[in-house]
Amino acid sequence: MATITLDGIRKHYGETEILKGVSLDIRDGEFLTLVGPSGCGKSTLLRILAGLEEQDAGDVSIDGRSVNGTRPKERDIAMVFQSYALYPHLCVFDNIALPLRTRRLSFAQRLPLLGPLVPGRRVIEAGIRAEVEQAAAMLDVTHLLARKPGQLSGGQRQRVALGRAMVRHPAVFLMDEPLSNLDAKLRVQMRAEITALHRRLGVTFVYVTHDQSEAMTMSDRVAVMMHGELLQVAPPEELYRDPQDLRVAEMIGSPKINVLPAAYWHGQGLPLPHCVPASATHVAFRPEASRLGPPADGQLLGTVANIENLGSDLFLHVVLRDGPVQPAVVRLSPEAPRFAIGDAVSLWLDAGRLLAFDGAGRRSATYEQVAA
Amino acid sequence: MSVTAMEQAHPSVPKARRHGAREAAIAALAVSPAVILLAGLLFGPALAVVLFSLTDWQLGGASFNFIGLANFQALFADALFWKALGNTALYVVLVVPGTVLLGLLVALLIEASPGLRGFYRAVHFLPVMSTMSAMAIVWGTMLHPTIGLVNRLLGVFGIAGLNWLRDEHTALLALALIGIWQGFGFAMVLFVSGLKAVPQQLYDAAAVDGCDGPFARLRLVTLPMLGPVTMFVVILTASRAFEVFDSVRVLTQGGPNYASEVLLTRLYAESFDYLRTGYGAALTVVYLAIVVALTLTQARFLERRVHYA
Repeated sequence: MATITLDGIRKHYGETEILKGVSLDIRDGEFLTLVGPSGCGKSTLLRILAGLEEQDAGDVSIDGRSVNGTRPKERDIAMVFQSYALYPHLCVFDNIALPLRTRRLSFAQRLPLLGPLVPGRRVIEAGIRAEVEQAAAMLDVTHLLARKPGQLSGGQRQRVALGRAMVRHPAVFLMDEPLSNLDAKLRVQMRAEITALHRRLGVTFVYVTHDQSEAMTMSDRVAVMMHGELLQVAPPEELYRDPQDLRVAEMIGSPKINVLPAAYWHGQGLPLPHCVPASATHVAFRPEASRLGPPADGQLLGTVANIENLGSDLFLHVVLRDGPVQPAVVRLSPEAPRFAIGDAVSLWLDAGRLLAFDGAGRRSATYEQVAA
Repeated sequence: MSVTAMEQAHPSVPKARRHGAREAAIAALAVSPAVILLAGLLFGPALAVVLFSLTDWQLGGASFNFIGLANFQALFADALFWKALGNTALYVVLVVPGTVLLGLLVALLIEASPGLRGFYRAVHFLPVMSTMSAMAIVWGTMLHPTIGLVNRLLGVFGIAGLNWLRDEHTALLALALIGIWQGFGFAMVLFVSGLKAVPQQLYDAAAVDGCDGPFARLRLVTLPMLGPVTMFVVILTASRAFEVFDSVRVLTQGGPNYASEVLLTRLYAESFDYLRTGYGAALTVVYLAIVVALTLTQARFLERRVHYA
């Protein structure tokens, strides 16, 4: 059980500033995901939290206790790595038992050959065996305990890595892109298993990923990072509905949010939607915040370029007249009136769900939102 | 001939079979250069040596007779052969661990050092590049009982030096040290490349799991991950130590009193000093058998303990 406080964390590698003063409070028992494109500093932040790297400035505290300068093993954390990082010469049992053995056995008891002769080892080993077997049963890897990591599939290795992390009952779980090396189907399955594990253990999870769908489906809160800064920290549905930065809006959600420059309306001889403030330079809308109709005066006009039928949803790609190359994506229900590729259409935007952004990419409130 | 032309020429042959035969022919053609070279340079000469070992031929002789296994009988009855075999075994037992451990130690030190890695690597690799017979002369001078650097250095500390290469008790030891000096650079280079391939995430995992001391890291991550490299280095060093020759020939000629006589100096003396080619060939056959057997057992034994990640 632990809260984590990061305060003004900075990190340089040579001339490059990787982290530009990151501050973040993580609640006890929370599943917090750091999401961002590669190179945004999210893994570095996690490694600083783990004690694998030291920050140039700022403070890290776990459960109110400053851990600056302490080693990873003194922080009561466990970590799961993208490559699983299992020890290839040890069997699954020994891999999972290792963190317990290094902590509970004395130096003499850990010696090869002589260790088993040292008094007290038998009792400790029996305790370790029971705990390893319990962890293995929880992750359904009991039948693999005697195998070497090289004989396991990717998903099995990932479970063993989770077992090695949880066997010690750490206060904090750190996960660095743990699902990136798995195939798509297994990734979705492991996503559910990891969230179930989080609910069962009830401890703090800090999870790093570049995959927004992992962030959205697994987390209590998501911290969006870019270029060494936190853009927004919020629960997934708030990030989706109420992004405070254009980059957040573009990163979260699939299909991607549609963004049009405000100048587009002027170019088409149309007024900006009445709710958008004059200061806005970009107007964004989600695929479900728009509708299609037959061409009509006073509306955005375009042509259907592609149709994606997902069964539950239809996504229509509409190339706007004289608009950006990137087509706007509109979600329709399969029961809605059908359009065919090549049809001329008009695009109706739901004023209440428009998002406006100023020249710096920051969110400007629309009049409807101000009124609400 | 194109495929269609072949089909027309042999309409009765099933297509799949013709295709298989064609593939086999291409495969045979592709491996033929290697097969010819191996046969001409390795298997042919080895077979010739085996045949010679069954004769009483003397180098330059006009005729020879097949004498069965008489050469081998004489060999196994020869105390000098057993002495040389024992010395060679002792040399290998000294040189292999020495070379592997020193190579590993230097590799670990170089990789741990913050700068000048390239310089240290080059310096330690120099002995490997040098010509052994020339370096042996340098060592001969250094180990000279009166003017040699080694004894003078020992003299500084008040230790009376020995006549290293002329003393029955130290000649083989001195040669083994020279062998280690010459070979550890190669082991070091291989270990350095092996160290670079150890994934950083394993060290990170070890640190989180509580193993962050240098020895704990070494035992949990570095040494197991160096397994494949170590296997290669051990086999290579052992087979090179078995063929020790130039340093012995230049420095001690197998003396004093055969204290440093090894298999290859014995072989050379019998074949080219005494011109007993048949007998020398028998010695060669025994030598080859030992090296092949050693390599195979080592590979099999070590393979079981090596973990390719």
